[in-house]
Amino acid sequence: MEDIVLLNTIERYLSGDMLPEERAYFEQLRKNTPEIDQMVVEHKLFLHQIEEYAFHRDLKHALHESHTRLLERGDINEGEDVPTRGKVIQLFHRYKKVTAIAASIAGVTAVIISGLVTFLSPSVNHSQLQQLSGDIEQIKKVQRYQGNKINELGSTTIPENIKVLSSGTAFLIDGKGYLITNAHVLKGSGAIVVNNKGQEYIAKIIHIDQTKDLAILKINDKDFKPLGPLPYGIKKGSVDLGEELFTLGYPRDEAVYNMGYLSAASGFNGDTASYQLSLTVNPGNSGGPIFNKNGEVVGVISTRQTSAEGVVFAIKSQGIYSMVNELKKSDSSMSKIKVPVSSSLKGVDRVKQIKEVSDCVFLVKAYNQ
Amino acid sequence: MKLDSNEQLLLRGLANNDTKAIDTIYKDNFNMVQALILNNNGTYDDARDIFQEAVITLYEKAKSDSFVLTCQIKTYIYSVCRRLWLKRLQQMGRYTGQVESLEETVPVEEDLEFHEKRNADFAIMERALNSLGEPCKGLLEAYYLQKKGMTEIAQDFGYTNADNAKNQKYKCLMRLKKLFFAQYNIGE
Repeated sequence: MEDIVLLNTIERYLSGDMLPEERAYFEQLRKNTPEIDQMVVEHKLFLHQIEEYAFHRDLKHALHESHTRLLERGDINEGEDVPTRGKVIQLFHRYKKVTAIAASIAGVTAVIISGLVTFLSPSVNHSQLQQLSGDIEQIKKVQRYQGNKINELGSTTIPENIKVLSSGTAFLIDGKGYLITNAHVLKGSGAIVVNNKGQEYIAKIIHIDQTKDLAILKINDKDFKPLGPLPYGIKKGSVDLGEELFTLGYPRDEAVYNMGYLSAASGFNGDTASYQLSLTVNPGNSGGPIFNKNGEVVGVISTRQTSAEGVVFAIKSQGIYSMVNELKKSDSSMSKIKVPVSSSLKGVDRVKQIKEVSDCVFLVKAYNQ
Repeated sequence: MKLDSNEQLLLRGLANNDTKAIDTIYKDNFNMVQALILNNNGTYDDARDIFQEAVITLYEKAKSDSFVLTCQIKTYIYSVCRRLWLKRLQQMGRYTGQVESLEETVPVEEDLEFHEKRNADFAIMERALNSLGEPCKGLLEAYYLQKKGMTEIAQDFGYTNADNAKNQKYKCLMRLKKLFFAQYNIGE
């Protein structure tokens, strides 16, 4: 019974519940009785330990609760399927050499493939294909000739001191002065178009589509009188093998007529956007229209194969429609372009057809100022 | 590196057993530790044990009077976990030489030594409590751990009055102290 009182007293002393007088008395007692002092120290240590133990247990409990809570909330994961940041870093670390090698192989392969593609692609392959725009020597001649003519006519609208880079053929798709030609014809910053009577007009390059190799020009010249409805239409359908075709172009400074037939439904290396024709053409015919016997435009002359005689490629007329439609979509001011659909040349004899058509086919000279 | 006030608040929260602070620390650091353990032959359970051990170490540090944390909580926890896990691997004889580490670590050996000593103390206390048997264990836990009043305890345990409960508690306490001090070395 004594001990119980003593222990309770010690506990009260340690927890600071004692009144000052009692405390002073107890401390005096501690001083005088080593056994009591020893008990106090021992009990203090014990209480401290059990208190720490309690805290520790509570914390452990709290951590467990936290774990379960976060797991439920999805803030932490214990599933296999969630990749952690550390895992990714580790995988990267482990495989970085392999990855580097694979990446360089891929890079080299990509470069080789793109090189091969560039080398083999039809539009750029100069060794096998020749673009039919006229070369500069010839243009110089034309220019001289035209220059003389200009002087004769005394026209001042044509820019002076220009350097003609290439020439080709263009034809109207709208009587208001919209022309179609090849993109590769327009090497310079501007263009002059010349009609079959030798009159020159300044034209603006409105749109160039390098992938289709088509371009749209607009005659911007006060001397140009808009034509009425065009005699020909642009055909929407396709052409049959062996169908008779003819063209009008400017391999020289005069319109030249040629005829041939459709020899294959696809172009160079199976290019489905173009036809293969059997036709005699020369540099300068590029951008010229291909007509069928009804006087409908079925294609635009673009290239010829250098390794074979009489193999010419023409862009299908559907390409014109798709380009014009795209242009209309992106530029609302182009919505006034009306591509003619019907031809008035059906059943008309060839000489008459050519006469009608020749007013709408122009010589194009691309220049740099 | 100076700790920003946010981390200071978290540590204070942890020292006071604040649920929100614990949750935040848990959320911010657990995935990192789990990745470390899993990538080094550990399981999800290992990850949880090691992480909680590390938080307890941090808690002890946060509570101590001479508390200085010179790095970010993240770095500290990572360092402790890495050290603990190395040790665990060594004990299991599966130590593979190097725990892959990409994060910065700080020296935590001293803290861990202290923590281990504490863990040993707690183990003694736990063993002593467990070997008491009921109702002694419950009675002492209610008084010393849950801090319940003697009257309440008397009611809970079915003693006729608080004095009887006190008497019983005294007997249990004596037994516990004896068990505890039999293993606990005061002179240390």
